Amino acid sequence: MAEVVGNPKVVRGRARPRGGSRKSKTGPRPFGALAWALPPVAALVLFFLYPLALVVRQSLRPDTGGTSLQAYADVFASEAFRHALWTTVWLALAATAGCLLLGFLLALVIAFVPFPGARAVARFIDVYLSFPSFLITLALLFLYGGTGVVGSFQFLTTPWGVLLAEVTYFTPFVMRPLLAAFAQLDTAQLEAASSLGARAPRIVRRVILPEALPALAAGGSLVLVLCLNEFGIVLFTGAKGVTTLPMLVYGKAILESDYPGACAVAVVNVLISVGLYGLYRVVSRRAGA
Amino acid sequence: MLVHSRKARWAAWAVFLVLFLPLFALPLLVILGASFATHWSGALPSGPTLDHYRSATRGEALQALTTSLVTAVAASLLALTAGTWAALAGAALRKRHRRVLDALFVLPVAVPSVVVGLAVLVAFSQPPLLLNGTRWIVITAHTVLVTAFAHQSVSAALTRLDPAYEQAAASLGARPAYILFRVRLPLLLPSLTAAAGLCFALSMGELSATMMLYPPDWTPLPVLVYAATDRGALFTGSAVAVVLMAATLLVLFAVSRVRTRASYR
Repeated sequence: MAEVVGNPKVVRGRARPRGGSRKSKTGPRPFGALAWALPPVAALVLFFLYPLALVVRQSLRPDTGGTSLQAYADVFASEAFRHALWTTVWLALAATAGCLLLGFLLALVIAFVPFPGARAVARFIDVYLSFPSFLITLALLFLYGGTGVVGSFQFLTTPWGVLLAEVTYFTPFVMRPLLAAFAQLDTAQLEAASSLGARAPRIVRRVILPEALPALAAGGSLVLVLCLNEFGIVLFTGAKGVTTLPMLVYGKAILESDYPGACAVAVVNVLISVGLYGLYRVVSRRAGA
Repeated sequence: MLVHSRKARWAAWAVFLVLFLPLFALPLLVILGASFATHWSGALPSGPTLDHYRSATRGEALQALTTSLVTAVAASLLALTAGTWAALAGAALRKRHRRVLDALFVLPVAVPSVVVGLAVLVAFSQPPLLLNGTRWIVITAHTVLVTAFAHQSVSAALTRLDPAYEQAAASLGARPAYILFRVRLPLLLPSLTAAAGLCFALSMGELSATMMLYPPDWTPLPVLVYAATDRGALFTGSAVAVVLMAATLLVLFAVSRVRTRASYR
């Protein structure tokens, strides 16, 4: 790529004499660089943004023809949608809080009270991230399902079952950035604090927690967005009582073939998720993560 | 060391085990145990059998395994190409343009994958591009979903890349294409393989978008696991899930071998 070589940032120190044939390459070439960026952006527009735009268009066009906001009015008026919206939001918030607490505790032990095999545990967490989320619900079905090991009370069909599965699956997403942040923490700080008489809780609160905040913010907001969008965990519980927004989209589109309604719910869901994700990017950039 | 007394250390480890084992190790052990069993009404699974594996490695399930593998390989290769291209092109852009490009390419992470599935279904069920009912619609959706991850990890690696190598090559008169293929891409190879592994794993386990648009003759493994559990065949479902995990891990292991060989170069 010519632009890369021609990038003036590459030339460091003293300005070099520009000679002969190289002269034409040393200036910035914004048009060439933009042209190179064009093909992937075009592919993204064709396969992602254009379909999303069609979803918005379909949500404004009921089957009867014409353009109307009828689908939105119907959706907002329906009890099921308001219920799903509330369930989605509180489940995601609660799961994020649980993941942050649990992830912080576990990462703390792995990083600062190391035991034989702590490395293996850290690697296990990496592997864990590569498994699909619905496996957790599948395992919980054996433990708490109809003829479960622990009991046959209908725990899994309540939001609490979904909450447990989400906390289990998403905690490693918090632990990974935390472990990376802890690895960069200078242990001399801990030693100094402890030699000055600080006890472990105080060291955690005054030394470790401030260092971990960017990682916690980054991991927590990512988990929040992923929880808002989670589908597999909820689908596998088979619960009629727990309906989140993605479940509602699936139900309306595939089970009821109500495409305008599904698209309206989808637009609301996208707005919530993208808004929160944008917030996450801004916060994590501020925090320097 | 955060805690110095032996007692406190043991207490911390005990808390860790009490939280870690039931939450993270138990689910995987449960699935593994159930896949070999016919009943599970007591504390432990009973009635050891290999029948579930026999049915999970032939016929419909075997076809689903190949479907998943083909989809995941195709989607990760496409996503890796698009993501790497975008990351390389983005690195040459000015900061303002690069921000826009980065924001565009992370957007699929923020959009719920069910909605990505719905969008792809809506868009490609009508002309000009009619993909509905073919395998390409599944591959397209998976590619869109995993491209964001490929782009993110490659562009993160690009910012860590030492520019001295390409400067040295350029100062010795190497053409831009030569620098790209002989200097930058080989240096990026470890993160490229890592990104490929990530994309592959994500695509193998993808369920949400797939549920929206899979055609009957292109059923990936997660859908089969769901179908099995939905009709109450939990034990068969877990055997299929174990096959899914094993296939993912095998490919990830192979990919990580490539990485270690490349990083010694």
